[in-house]
Amino acid sequence: MKVVKTGTSGTMESSDILVTVEESKDKGIHISLDSPVKKQFGSQIKSVVLETAKKIGVESANITIIDKGALDCVIRARTSTALYRACDSEDYKWEAK
Amino acid sequence: MDERLRRTMMFVPGNNPGMIKDAYIYKCDSIMFDLEDSVSYAEKDSARDLVYQALKTINYGDKETVVRINDPRSQGGINDIKAMVAAKVDVIRLPKTETVDDILVCQEEIARAEKAYGYAEGTIRMMAAIESAEGVLNAAAIAKCSKRLIGIALGAEDYVTDMKTKRSPEGTELFFARSMIIHAARAAKIAAIDTVYSDVNNEQGLIAEVTLIKQLGFDGKSVINPRQIEPIIKIYTPTEKEIAHAQAVMVAIEEAHKKGSGVIALKGKMIDRPIVMRAERVLKLAKASHVL
Repeated sequence: MKVVKTGTSGTMESSDILVTVEESKDKGIHISLDSPVKKQFGSQIKSVVLETAKKIGVESANITIIDKGALDCVIRARTSTALYRACDSEDYKWEAK
Repeated sequence: MDERLRRTMMFVPGNNPGMIKDAYIYKCDSIMFDLEDSVSYAEKDSARDLVYQALKTINYGDKETVVRINDPRSQGGINDIKAMVAAKVDVIRLPKTETVDDILVCQEEIARAEKAYGYAEGTIRMMAAIESAEGVLNAAAIAKCSKRLIGIALGAEDYVTDMKTKRSPEGTELFFARSMIIHAARAAKIAAIDTVYSDVNNEQGLIAEVTLIKQLGFDGKSVINPRQIEPIIKIYTPTEKEIAHAQAVMVAIEEAHKKGSGVIALKGKMIDRPIVMRAERVLKLAKASHVL
């Protein structure tokens, strides 16, 4: 899927995360992260975001993240919604548990 | 018949990560994630995605997971069903149910999704919220129309608006709807769940309302704040006297069975099947409330 516009998801409330996805001229996923737990969990948060983008099939995007202590499942959800919004798609690929 | 206790079914707004994360710590019997009224139209997709991810990741223990979806005739409602079936929620709650056809439309979408995600047909159960005059009048047919249904619930806010009235502390305006719903549920042998009590700061009002609906026969109540759980459980917890009587009934019936006696009596009173069934329910409630 291709990013065609800016897509955001999430909030700045505690336990949430604000994800903004924008078009990138370069190939690859470029992540900018702000989190109170960046030192301890920064690489983990980034890997969840990268994994989510890979699963959805987005290969090129600038992703800005403001984390407020979100669980991995919240990071996955907010990243995925922001990506689908940025790709102007509602073709979610739900997977069985 | 589904014998699960549903004294408290707690609503959790579907787009609130903090509440979704913490929901398992409360002592409610069921957690009801809401994708409908508590989620703005612009955030329907993000709430759906969030609840889907939470159901796939967070262990809610032995609590029943329920999701209130949007209208299954809308694209949003169909998307809700697909996502929630994929995440294997226990129960899908259909809002504003008015006719048997409403249930059948929803059921068909659920069955289609079960097939797509490789689950056996009937894995996902349903409950229906009845929130209008038409829904109340059709309650008996609605309750019996699907094997997936585990219960029907009254949604009073929409109902009183439809009836051109408003809610009162006594609940007089809900008497007919509650009576219809409890009869429909009992005839279909499914659960009957009462509406929310909106004034979260009025504990005495909540206690009065729960005492009334328990006496009418309701299995439990929808809850909008965790503070409402404890008072409801307290009302549904049998007293020491009720527990002692129930235990005596069970001992008497066991002794009679051992003796091969067909006639059972306790302190000079005949014990028949309804009394045994009531005793069993008292003991089950007592165990669930950790007083036995």
